[in-house]
Amino acid sequence: MIGLYSPGHSLLHRAPTLLKLAVLSAGVLWVGFLGEPWQLLIALGVVAGLYLLAGVPARAAWQQVGPILWILLIAVPIQALLSGWVPAAVMALRLLVAVALAALFTLTTTVTAVLEGFQRLLRPFGRWVDADRVGLLVAITLRCIPLVAEIVTDVLEARRARGTQSSLLALAVPVVVRSLYAADAIGEALVARGLDD
Amino acid sequence: MSTIVFDGVSHSFGERRVLRDLSLTLSERRIGIVGANGSGKSTLVRLINGLITPDAGTVTVDGLLVTKNAREVRRRVGFIFTNPDNQIVMPTVEEDVAFSLRKRGLSAAEIAERTRAALDRFGLTAHATHPAHRLSGGQKQLLALAAVLVGEPQVVVADEPTTLLDARNSRRIADLFRAMTQQVIVVTHQLDLLEDFDRVICIEEGAIIADGAPSVAIDAYRALLA
Repeated sequence: MIGLYSPGHSLLHRAPTLLKLAVLSAGVLWVGFLGEPWQLLIALGVVAGLYLLAGVPARAAWQQVGPILWILLIAVPIQALLSGWVPAAVMALRLLVAVALAALFTLTTTVTAVLEGFQRLLRPFGRWVDADRVGLLVAITLRCIPLVAEIVTDVLEARRARGTQSSLLALAVPVVVRSLYAADAIGEALVARGLDD
Repeated sequence: MSTIVFDGVSHSFGERRVLRDLSLTLSERRIGIVGANGSGKSTLVRLINGLITPDAGTVTVDGLLVTKNAREVRRRVGFIFTNPDNQIVMPTVEEDVAFSLRKRGLSAAEIAERTRAALDRFGLTAHATHPAHRLSGGQKQLLALAAVLVGEPQVVVADEPTTLLDARNSRRIADLFRAMTQQVIVVTHQLDLLEDFDRVICIEEGAIIADGAPSVAIDAYRALLA
């Protein structure tokens, strides 16, 4: 979801997030019930059609769906040996359709839209959960992933530059310490930006 | 212009006294603050929008007591940090700018329009949908500025906004500060940025040692360094 959004104005981009989420859930569930390879092939065709409709660049789509092919490369022969080629094909197609559908959701939905969707979902439970706060928590978590990744890279570099031998502790301690400093600074910035409630 | 008044302010971190009985009225349009690392500059500017609460004394912005009216004061006073990475809280560029407009009773269309205008002003339009963490250091600081100014504060406080930037980017940020219509209070080590400011204050060990025209205060600071 971080940086995976592929900008566009297609029907899929404009569709309400919760509707997309509902269709995605129903679609994945439905695929689970389809037992014949030809049915799944049709489903795969439909998903491919949706990708075309969304106008997602082939590269972005491949980045999402490609990794699952590696898993299938190992899982399909094993499944085929254990229970035959047809169940193996069904399993592979199911996974492919489900992953491709989920990736399509990610590619056509901004983080903000996902957050708003979640907040709307949580609103009926307003008495128990503060929807805005949960949304913000998710957004900041997403934002912090690259931040922590950067800290880890920095610490690894510093360690290499100083020639310290590899010990997990020598990596973990500075990463944790610096992450806590960053957390303090982000907290301060949140307050400064008006999030003091 | 807003008037910011410090009255008998003292503050300590543990044993270390960072500000001692400081009284100060800030009402000029462009004010610079200089001083060595650890002299108390950052603490001083953090008191303005209530990021730090003083141990003794009071700080007011246009008569509003910062400790009592923090929310209102923070809406009037925008704050730029040294490291924009800590200031960017949303995953993408436009989302981060729009974040500043939350809870202001604006419609989604209005938020989108103001966000677009702010990105355009800072030359970030092409990056609107990009992940914020992929921007360069200079672009991140521009994003931080855009995200603060979109909220239309009356005062912009910046704590060493150019320290992490290269020469070209720090000049760009400096030019933006010069062009701002808001009241500006900048803590910096980049002394040339302050040359045409209205007032410069030099702080040493939590006390003001020079206060006046840029040449006067900067000379005092240089003498201190020598």
